Amino acid sequence: MIRVFIADDEAPARERLKELLQDVAAEVANSVAGEAKNGLEVLERLPESRAQVLLLDIQMPGMGGLEVARHLALLPEAPTVVFVTAHDRHAVEAFELNALDYLLKPVRAARLAAALKKAAAGGAPGREQLAKAASAAREYLSVAERHRIVLVPVRDVLFLRAEQKYVTLRTRTQEHLLEESLVALEREFAGRFVRIHRNCLVARAAIRGFERGGGGEDESHWQVMLEGVSERLPVSRRQWPALRELVAEKP
Amino acid sequence: MARVLIAVNAAAAVGALFAADNLAQALDRFVAMAAFAEPLLLAVLVLLALLSALLQRMPYAAGFAFVVAAVVLLTALYDVTLRTMVTEPLPDLWRTLVLAAITAAAVLWLLRLVAKAYSPALAEARLQALQARIRPHFLFNSLNAVLALIRRDPRRAERALEDLSEVFRTLMAEPRRFVRLADEIALLERYAEIEQLRLGERLRITWELDAAPSDALLPPLVLQPLLENAVFHGVEPGTASGEVLVRIERRGSRVLARIENPYLEAEHSRAGNRMALDNIRERLALFFDAEARIDTRAADGRYRVEIEIPYRAAPA
Repeated sequence: MIRVFIADDEAPARERLKELLQDVAAEVANSVAGEAKNGLEVLERLPESRAQVLLLDIQMPGMGGLEVARHLALLPEAPTVVFVTAHDRHAVEAFELNALDYLLKPVRAARLAAALKKAAAGGAPGREQLAKAASAAREYLSVAERHRIVLVPVRDVLFLRAEQKYVTLRTRTQEHLLEESLVALEREFAGRFVRIHRNCLVARAAIRGFERGGGGEDESHWQVMLEGVSERLPVSRRQWPALRELVAEKP
Repeated sequence: MARVLIAVNAAAAVGALFAADNLAQALDRFVAMAAFAEPLLLAVLVLLALLSALLQRMPYAAGFAFVVAAVVLLTALYDVTLRTMVTEPLPDLWRTLVLAAITAAAVLWLLRLVAKAYSPALAEARLQALQARIRPHFLFNSLNAVLALIRRDPRRAERALEDLSEVFRTLMAEPRRFVRLADEIALLERYAEIEQLRLGERLRITWELDAAPSDALLPPLVLQPLLENAVFHGVEPGTASGEVLVRIERRGSRVLARIENPYLEAEHSRAGNRMALDNIRERLALFFDAEARIDTRAADGRYRVEIEIPYRAAPA
């Protein structure tokens, strides 16, 4: 019995998928674990639904399907995702290139059955696959906390600091540990974050100013001051010249 | 006329640039060439103007040959006259004649190309291309919505398919003819029914059509794409429900149409929208010249498109 979660912003489309799932039940036993009409709802409802397969419309308002999948991939029991699209050549190309399963709307019962069987056998899509298929940067960064996904809007992020295997994310009010690579984050959000140190990215918009500091042996050490953070972050000597120029252009 | 003058001078300028080592030298050469060429050019144009009635009656090939021959003849005459009047050394006569012939042929060829671009056959093809486009997103999502109805509400599914086929029939109709406003409004309403099916509560359309002149004539598919965009860019990307306003009214000798939707600032909405608007602007210009206008405005969270065309009633 495969537990299926349905995500589509159009009610008729969800109804049709439910009808089709009933149609194929003889071939592939299934039950509907839940429904959602936009990305945020999927992230709220899916974890506790314990769904194994997600039928995910990629064109939902708010958060696009690919970003939803990327956040879901953090769950310990991440569902297998089958993307659903009416017509999106670029998305389909990305799916094909990255071996991601998809269905075209209107969906045929036979194709749905095949997709379910494949999904049950396979596993959740990998985070790298999804990252490569994505055409846009995420709007949120996410953390999985005991079967729940916590979303942090990227514009609230003040700095990202790599510490051993993890990256610490800091906003005005929260701190989280991400399992991401700082280099990948820098690339994904190019322009929004600026490197001040080998292991630290800082939000450009949050930079309040710089201060000479450190005292002690090296007077030439600079530190950056951020809005909303009392801690001063050290700027590495290597990054300082580029950083200073970058900030000089700041309006 | 102006085009010929510009073309020949441009050619001279380019020639001067090629021949010279630097810009100053090029300028010198150009001036020298122009000094030689302008009187000749004017003489040629005057001659051709005088003979235009004759030229128009000739088949193209004959006319082409005639013009080139005339240019060469005039150039020869001009050159000979110049030599008697001027002491400066002039370029070799044959070289000048060949250049003149080539320039004349080139200009004639260019003019023909430009004329072709505006000829009726091409305009027709452009109209076709401009008009016949069905957004796949709409097509597949609508079919999907109809399929969803088939078991639960077969009658509604039937009506929806009928609406769909009428919409597509209109989208593929012959481009040149005018349509009556009443028909375009019927299309809008059918289109709206289909979108309402898909989006349900998320789409709320207000119709203000009481003052619309049903017998007004306009090119087909001017209003439907605007409604489509209003839904696609203004309602679908939103999670809450969106209100769309469609108002059509007559003001004296003009017909005004206004379509409004929620203004959502997402990046992609601008590009697609602009293409559709340019399309409509071009078609309105093809039908009404400068008498039609289309304007857009974004204010207070609403996006508005306004079209104004002259009121032309269908013959009774």
